[in-house]
Amino acid sequence: MGKRVLLIEDEPNIIEAISFILSRDGWTVHTHEDGQTAMDKMLSLPPDMIILDVMLPGRSGFDILRDLRAHDVTKAIPVMMLTARGQEKDRELALRLGANHFMTKPFSNAEVRDQVRNLIEA
Amino acid sequence: MLSFNILVFVALSYVAFLFAVAFVAERRAARGHVGWLQSPMIYTLSLSIYCTAWTFYGAVGYAARSGLEFATIYLGPTLVMVGWWWILRRLVRIGRSQRITSIADLVSSRFGKSTQLGVIVTIISMVAATPYIALQLQSVTLSFSVFAKTSGQEWQAADVNATALWVAIGLAVFTVLFGTRNLDANERHHGIVMAIAVEAVVKLIALLAVGAFVVWGIAGGPAQMLARIDASPIPLWDQSGGRWVTLIFLSAAAFLCLPRMFQVLVVENANERHLGVASWAFPFYLFLMSLFVVPIAVVGLDLLPAGSNPDLFVLTVPLSQGREGLAMLSFLGGFSSATSMVIVATIALATMVSNHIVVPLWLNLQPDQEAVMSGDVRQVILLSRRLSIAAVLALGFLYYRISGGGTALAAIGLVSFTGAVQILPAMLGGIFWRGATGLGAAMGLMTGLVVWVWTLFLPSIGVDAVIPQSVMQTGPWGIAALRPQALFGITGLDPVVHGVMWSMLLNGAMFIAGSLLSFPSPLERLQGAQFVNIFEHSAAAPTWTTGSAKAEDLLIMAQRIMGSAEAQEVFLREATQQGKSGYLPDVTPEFIERLERELSGSVGAATSHAMIGQLTGGSGVSVEDLIAVADEAAQILEYSNRLEAKSDEQERTARALRVANEKLTALSIQKDAFLSQISHELRTPMTSIRSFSEILRDGEMTGDEQSRYARIIHDEAIRLTRLLDDLLDLSVLENGQVVLHQQTGQLCDLLDRAIGAAGLHDSALVVSRKPEAEALTLTSDLDRLVQVFINLIANAQKYCDADHPHLKIVVRTKGRECQIDFIDNGSGIAPENQQLIFEKFSRVTDQSKAGGAGLGLAICREIMHRLGGKISYLPGQSGAAFRVNLPLSETATALA
Repeated sequence: MGKRVLLIEDEPNIIEAISFILSRDGWTVHTHEDGQTAMDKMLSLPPDMIILDVMLPGRSGFDILRDLRAHDVTKAIPVMMLTARGQEKDRELALRLGANHFMTKPFSNAEVRDQVRNLIEA
Repeated sequence: MLSFNILVFVALSYVAFLFAVAFVAERRAARGHVGWLQSPMIYTLSLSIYCTAWTFYGAVGYAARSGLEFATIYLGPTLVMVGWWWILRRLVRIGRSQRITSIADLVSSRFGKSTQLGVIVTIISMVAATPYIALQLQSVTLSFSVFAKTSGQEWQAADVNATALWVAIGLAVFTVLFGTRNLDANERHHGIVMAIAVEAVVKLIALLAVGAFVVWGIAGGPAQMLARIDASPIPLWDQSGGRWVTLIFLSAAAFLCLPRMFQVLVVENANERHLGVASWAFPFYLFLMSLFVVPIAVVGLDLLPAGSNPDLFVLTVPLSQGREGLAMLSFLGGFSSATSMVIVATIALATMVSNHIVVPLWLNLQPDQEAVMSGDVRQVILLSRRLSIAAVLALGFLYYRISGGGTALAAIGLVSFTGAVQILPAMLGGIFWRGATGLGAAMGLMTGLVVWVWTLFLPSIGVDAVIPQSVMQTGPWGIAALRPQALFGITGLDPVVHGVMWSMLLNGAMFIAGSLLSFPSPLERLQGAQFVNIFEHSAAAPTWTTGSAKAEDLLIMAQRIMGSAEAQEVFLREATQQGKSGYLPDVTPEFIERLERELSGSVGAATSHAMIGQLTGGSGVSVEDLIAVADEAAQILEYSNRLEAKSDEQERTARALRVANEKLTALSIQKDAFLSQISHELRTPMTSIRSFSEILRDGEMTGDEQSRYARIIHDEAIRLTRLLDDLLDLSVLENGQVVLHQQTGQLCDLLDRAIGAAGLHDSALVVSRKPEAEALTLTSDLDRLVQVFINLIANAQKYCDADHPHLKIVVRTKGRECQIDFIDNGSGIAPENQQLIFEKFSRVTDQSKAGGAGLGLAICREIMHRLGGKISYLPGQSGAAFRVNLPLSETATALA
């Protein structure tokens, strides 16, 4: 069984696309539509990496990232952020908060696959 | 024959009745039922104390002796009420804001809360009022004697004097009972005012009844009456222009200056607006009072034997015709006139004597501080008022005895008026001229008093009574220039014209000269500014520093003067305003200022100032401080109007700029947020499209997967298109470039269309409607309207979270507008979001459920705006509820 990737995203079609790409590459993908339930799950079963959308219902991706980095269990998990806003200041904020990579939608499938490989195997 | 005993009985019953009226009014006021006690009519009727026995009896005598000149006495006040009510308004406003208790208090307060000026004005008023009170005693006594004569008694001088004494005592008792129940002169005397109003009605009815009897009962009608008047000597009297002008001036000025008029006009005034009613109602009252004066005089001269006292025609004419009932009514009218004047004049004078003479004297006799802290100030003040009432009436009686009651009523009245009018320059100067000073006022008042006493008052007491005949003829010590009725050698003038002219001239000249030559004290400047600018500035510059006064000491003093309940109320109110609990506020300069004003309502400005000064350890502001404040105040007052206008304009401009700037900033922020939102809304479907098309291109999948992904790409492309359509639509609507296609249709058809287009066939949402209410013909852009309806129905379908979703469409016509409500049974929208939902991209719920870009309601809002209606969230319904308001065209309304 491959390493586990946690995808936190609220658009069903994008969830389906990313799940397809990563499964094809041999990873196990879990998805959550909001950050709070994801957080609870992670503490009992930490994933090997996290893909995190910025615009989420309720708490934003940035808030979740802050929580992740503040918690011992999740502190070291690699995080790749996805955003559809694509503004420079969002990228800066994400990296400052401790994201390992920042990717703008729409993305190429190959790029997602390569970045996930990089982050997990690093 | 009417027995004298019956007359006495009637008079006493009448007094008892007045007692009852006053008592009931006091009781009502005490229980807070002041409603009708404070009506403008009661106020107007209370002004009728201007019409004393002099007007009731004396006007007829006056007409019989001097022809139409009597009318001047009515013209003066009419002039004031109609033309000069702005002076009255100013006086009433000042009286209110400064808690003025009397005319002496007004002058004293204006000129730096001066004790001396208070004393001077009090003395002038006392001396001037004494003949007038004597006049009332005389008229009541005379009217009694008339009845005594008809019942066969021939009165000796002793009987007459005894009657006058009893009348004086009776009046004193009545006045003490009802005039000194409340200490605070500003706590209006409801009982007295009500009794006076009743008396005003009685005297008017009495005079009108006698007049009507004379015209219709004796003369036989208005025409015959006019003929009789033409035949009488009254129209033949030579009218002296000088006397007319003088008398009109005199009565106008007296109307303002008489202590009793000041009492009813200013102190008892409950509402400034009452002046408005009084300004026409009171002249009308005067007109009615003067209507039958000439007829009664003419008939009296005809009917009664030569040598009859014309001052008593109002009584003797009905009596001579055997109309005893009418004579009795007339007697009550005269009695009313006399008593109401005496009561009010006595209260006003007693307040002045007590506040300006007795209490200051008493305070001076006490060791420091002990007076205000330990002595029973309240009892002292009440006692001094009661004694003052007795003293005023005693003086009136004394004057009556000395003058022998012989002089004609009208002559005494004019002498008295002239005395009171000496206050006019100081009063008017005080409220209109910032430069007037206390020294000027004192000089003017003293000069006026001396000239008046010499030229009018002393001679009025009687030839040889005080001034020997030789002095009248040749002047004192043979100095002809000082002859009482020919000052400075100007002879040939009517004594009254002479006295008024010289006293007012010298008084005014000294007032102006004294004011110009002296420098006002700091407190005078402050008070002057407040009086003169009463309508411009309401806030007073504080004249106290806090000093050593403790709140508790101030409370103790205030309780001693105002009574516990009222003082505690004042302190509690102040503490509450300062945000403190309990009864002890912080002692701020403003509070001391306010307290001083409250106290001055009880003891007058000067005394109150002195008392506060004792407690604050003389820490009243230093002269330097005061000058600084006064200068500042003066400058502020002088420049404020100009500066105010200028700074107002600047502030307006600045505000406009600030608003514009805020708007621009907000717009800029909005634009950024909008672009960021659009980016997100466009990129999200684009992501799915790109990702799945790459997957399809890679081509390693089942046929099922392949067709599924193709469908996703197709759906997302449609979503993109819809988003772009919405954006364009909104942009067109917002820019007002939209072209509306006006059509006419039935509302129910439109709703049918909308429900069909919303695609409800496979949803659980149940729509309920009322077809009869929907039978409305609309003229509008119907396609746009349907777009709004579709949006609202689709929203209900998407967001209504009830187990059995239900949408109620309620149509109502209201005037020229119809309301269409869309109410579902879901959980609704939280109050904080109810405005937000109409903004672009504002989805308050989970976006994946919504499917739209969050532009729907924003578009609806724009559409309704273009159609001349509106859409709004309707709170307080069973679930989410939206109301569409649409104007109905004229024809549609008619059809509906």
